[in-house]
Amino acid sequence: MSETARAAKKSIPEPELMSAGHTACQGCAATLSMRYALKGLGSETILVIPACCWTVLAGASKRTSLSVPVLHAPFAGAAATACGVKHGLVSRGDDSTTVVAWAGDGGTFDIGLQSLSGAADRNEDILYVCYDNEAYMNTGIQRSGGTPRGAWTMTTPEGADRPKKDLDAIVEAHHPRYFATATPAFAEDLVRKFKKAREVKGFRFIRILSPCPPGWKYDPEATVRYSRLAVQTGLFPLYEVEDGNFRLNRALTPRRPVSEYLAGQGRYRGLSADSVARIQAEIDARCAGLEKR
Amino acid sequence: MRKVLTGNQAAAWAAALASVDVVAAYPITPATQVCETLAELQASGHYKGRYVKVESEHSAMSALLGAASAGARTFTATSSQGLAYMHEMLHWVSGARLPIVMVDVNRALAAPWNLWSDQSDSLSQRDTGWLQFYCASNQEVLDTTLMAFKISERLRLPSMVIMDGFTLSHTYEPVDVPGAEEVARFLPPWREPSALDPKRPAAYGALALPKEFTRLRRRLENDMQRALETILEISSEFEEAFGRSYGLIEPYRVGDAEALLFCAGAAASTMQEAVDALRARGKAAGGVRLRVARPFPTYSVRALSRPGVPWAVVDRAFSPGSGGVFRQELEAALYPLSRHPSVRGYIAGLGGADVTVELLSEIWEDAVLDRKDSTEAWMEDAR
Repeated sequence: MSETARAAKKSIPEPELMSAGHTACQGCAATLSMRYALKGLGSETILVIPACCWTVLAGASKRTSLSVPVLHAPFAGAAATACGVKHGLVSRGDDSTTVVAWAGDGGTFDIGLQSLSGAADRNEDILYVCYDNEAYMNTGIQRSGGTPRGAWTMTTPEGADRPKKDLDAIVEAHHPRYFATATPAFAEDLVRKFKKAREVKGFRFIRILSPCPPGWKYDPEATVRYSRLAVQTGLFPLYEVEDGNFRLNRALTPRRPVSEYLAGQGRYRGLSADSVARIQAEIDARCAGLEKR
Repeated sequence: MRKVLTGNQAAAWAAALASVDVVAAYPITPATQVCETLAELQASGHYKGRYVKVESEHSAMSALLGAASAGARTFTATSSQGLAYMHEMLHWVSGARLPIVMVDVNRALAAPWNLWSDQSDSLSQRDTGWLQFYCASNQEVLDTTLMAFKISERLRLPSMVIMDGFTLSHTYEPVDVPGAEEVARFLPPWREPSALDPKRPAAYGALALPKEFTRLRRRLENDMQRALETILEISSEFEEAFGRSYGLIEPYRVGDAEALLFCAGAAASTMQEAVDALRARGKAAGGVRLRVARPFPTYSVRALSRPGVPWAVVDRAFSPGSGGVFRQELEAALYPLSRHPSVRGYIAGLGGADVTVELLSEIWEDAVLDRKDSTEAWMEDAR
């Protein structure tokens, strides 16, 4: 065993709270995300899952791939349902269970935004997680507010003409107790952030970039590579904000050119050289801003 | 203790007395005062539960879905557009078999904007799997809300306690408010055996295949039918404890009546006055108040039905394209009788239009002719 592998083994808790037999596509990053998130959260956790891929991945009827309770909920109300669970538990004397809303980008950027905003504004004692695969993947790849400009989806056959909604800024504008970005290629970072989120009282938010082989049109074995490249190119900076204090978790300079990340993803096949240059310029500007923050 | 309360205040007092654990609510005219009174009762220590001031009605019912799944006793109040906005959640919580209690203050649905009472909001939700109780006084609002918790928890079905906007919600009446200890004896704390608990990992509401889905739906319908009996049982327990009695329907001077008025809500009190006025003029009038609309008390109305005695249904809600809602339900209930009487519908009191003694008398005089021609008429207050 290499030195790195030994270190990783020590830093990531061994108990598995997600089992094999889930119904995800091959190479699904949403399952990696759940597996690592639960390692950080531990078994004293209740999940609220609105309509999203995980509605299906958690298993049909009596079968479940998760070893923590799951409350399924309608699409628009994940955050409100989660805060209801928290209030219900506290009223019955359970002050310690972590209640997590676990939603996709559609349920967060779009239909669930009001409920998310309300819960964040009230500083509800919940952790809201958005696993962002950048489109409505469960319904078969339609554009959401999380879809980046230029990406093909079933409803943007020429490529999305609007930029990805800046959800992170919207959430930060609610003054959450804790905010973080994460992606499963950086598993230790992800686990650490969930451990930290578990300890914070009040509203917490984590956005996970979750590559999706059928939706992004790449081979399943490349999931971790795209998750890693998203960070290495500066497209998805890893950072956290605790009570307004910003901290970059990984240097943004030097970084790889974004063309390495875009290449091989079928959803970007139609991008012109100009579009790639524009995306690079946007990343450079954003990274410069974050480095000064 | 006797207090002078509006219908809204009576509802809030009932929730406080029921030792509700979690309230989630959002203001809307004319139900806002329920939210405000609960905040006052919390400040004065009468309401000891938690209060989530959510950002919408959809989130109010979502929060109660979460809280009730965690085993809490829960309550909210809304009206009209707010109730309509909750629609998908109403189906969800009855399917999840959660004993949530909600007060709906009847108000018309827009467009155009309208603030006043009719039953289009609650009757639009009649297929959502909620028990529906239509109240005719502020005392009944308080009593029914208390009973609703017990009924809902026994059947694991949610309850909607309904009162007329303004006519009850904003009108002061003397109300007998029972003591907390008395209520606690009638309504013990709610213990949900399958509440969400990290020690018992399980999935709630996960995808069900057609066979099990059908079984769950059938069980829900069986329990809805069983509810008729349960409501009467708990009403007797309530009468034993507090001395006030409530049924599924409330007949008034029906014995020798030649035609029967039929309506729900506060208009039913006016109906009793109309019956008295007609009787004073030598007319054999009678009336029936529908108190429980879901489940529909089919056998109770059949038992009152006599061949040749027409029913005049006063509908404050209609289904565009098929007419008055209660008229259709009463027809469906009576049709299997071998000699069913005629049922004539009268659409009245929409968007807060007055349902007066004169209007109801006119309706009765028309119905007693038993013309058997058209089935429905639109009525306007002549004033």
